[in-house]
Amino acid sequence: MGLAKRIIPCLDVRDGRVVKGVSFVGLRDAGDPVEIARRYDSEGADELAFLDITASIEARGLILSVIEAVAAEVFIPLTVGGGVREVADVRRLLNAGADKVSMNTSAVLNPQLVSEAASRFGSQCIVVAIDAKANEQGGWEVYTHGGRQATGLDAVLWAQRMQTLGAGEILLTSIDRDGTKSGFNLPLTRAISDAVGIPVIASGGVGNLQHLVEGVTEGHADAVLAASIFHFGEYSVQQAKAYMQQQGIEVRLN
Amino acid sequence: MVSGVDIAVVDYGMGNLRSVSKALEHVAPQARVAVTSDPDMIRAAKRVVFPGVGAMGDCMRELADRGLVDAVKQAAATKPFLGICLGMQMLFEHSEEGDVAGLGILPGRVRRFFGDMGQEAGGLKVPHMGWNEVHQQRAHPLWAEIDDLARFYFVHSYYVEPADAEMVSASCAYPFPFACAVAKNNLFAVQFHPEKSQHAGLILLGNFVRWEGHSSQQSVA
Repeated sequence: MGLAKRIIPCLDVRDGRVVKGVSFVGLRDAGDPVEIARRYDSEGADELAFLDITASIEARGLILSVIEAVAAEVFIPLTVGGGVREVADVRRLLNAGADKVSMNTSAVLNPQLVSEAASRFGSQCIVVAIDAKANEQGGWEVYTHGGRQATGLDAVLWAQRMQTLGAGEILLTSIDRDGTKSGFNLPLTRAISDAVGIPVIASGGVGNLQHLVEGVTEGHADAVLAASIFHFGEYSVQQAKAYMQQQGIEVRLN
Repeated sequence: MVSGVDIAVVDYGMGNLRSVSKALEHVAPQARVAVTSDPDMIRAAKRVVFPGVGAMGDCMRELADRGLVDAVKQAAATKPFLGICLGMQMLFEHSEEGDVAGLGILPGRVRRFFGDMGQEAGGLKVPHMGWNEVHQQRAHPLWAEIDDLARFYFVHSYYVEPADAEMVSASCAYPFPFACAVAKNNLFAVQFHPEKSQHAGLILLGNFVRWEGHSSQQSVA
């Protein structure tokens, strides 16, 4: 027995509320972030991820109060991403109670941000989020701006470069699968997980508990992230863990 | 005269101290918890928590620049003292991370995972990140009410190799066993993050805030 595979419920937060959409559009309100975080914590979530998709600059600061409120009563690791543009943003989120900060678009626009933040705060708290989409050559391309903008970057090479610059973890989302409930993109997940020496979180497409198992067994992911199957009460984190354990995956059970 | 706080969390500008202080306040609502870089306040505190994340060299430099080395050494020698993560590694003599000297309070060194095997060893990733089993090697007041093999949250790329096996209070496997908790007299230090380890972590912090600083180490038979 050793290190457990992690289950990470993800909360997409817009203007201080949890929302969930399909392929990054068509958002539904899913509730109060502090309440949801508390529930996942009591169900045995191993970490929580918050992705801030706040639309307006005026509402930017809301995520800080959400994180502060969650960190005051939930004692598991918190990852926060979305809208991180400079080292000062990383510091603000860490000071609010985030344990890890995730960067996506800003890492593409300014890769030095990753190395600066890693050398300042340590690789352990720098997550690079990669949104990838299949291309016609049979590979995967990195997209930014919430999956709207192609970059021409190869996702596998990009993940390796991010590791070199100091990322401590990769949060990998398949844009094609996100919100579809058809399962992780397993070839993509495996390609990236096998190409880097840092942990990889698989994200995008979970529709049932078998998908979580496949992310680990076939995708070689170190952690699996899901949103809608947990938000709308289809499954509890506990059920997910019990199922994964039945399938021979090491998980943390309380 | 500085009025003594109950728990001083040593602040040397590195890492997320808020989560440590929040967790302490949660387990000890009556206690006065101060996140501080004032050596006098650390000297006057009843107990001291020494956290840390980031790079060892940076942490040692910040500690020295803020004039905190003596206060930390004194606290580690005299009162209930809890090192966490890098705050554990810094207690030792030397680290492979940047080839730097630590505080030298405990004999031993800090090594990198799979340092001589490249980035990957059998598919294992570095940092060692997530919930792993903590195998209690010796009874200690800080393990009270915590099951052997309870899982705690780890995130680190380096681990300590104490020169004195007697001080190893718990071990963890990734994939080979390493010391994840050490104890000596009034000092206890852990590689994992109790402040992020949910129930088990909060119990350990609760044990610490009640601990008088006597280790009374006995082997778990």
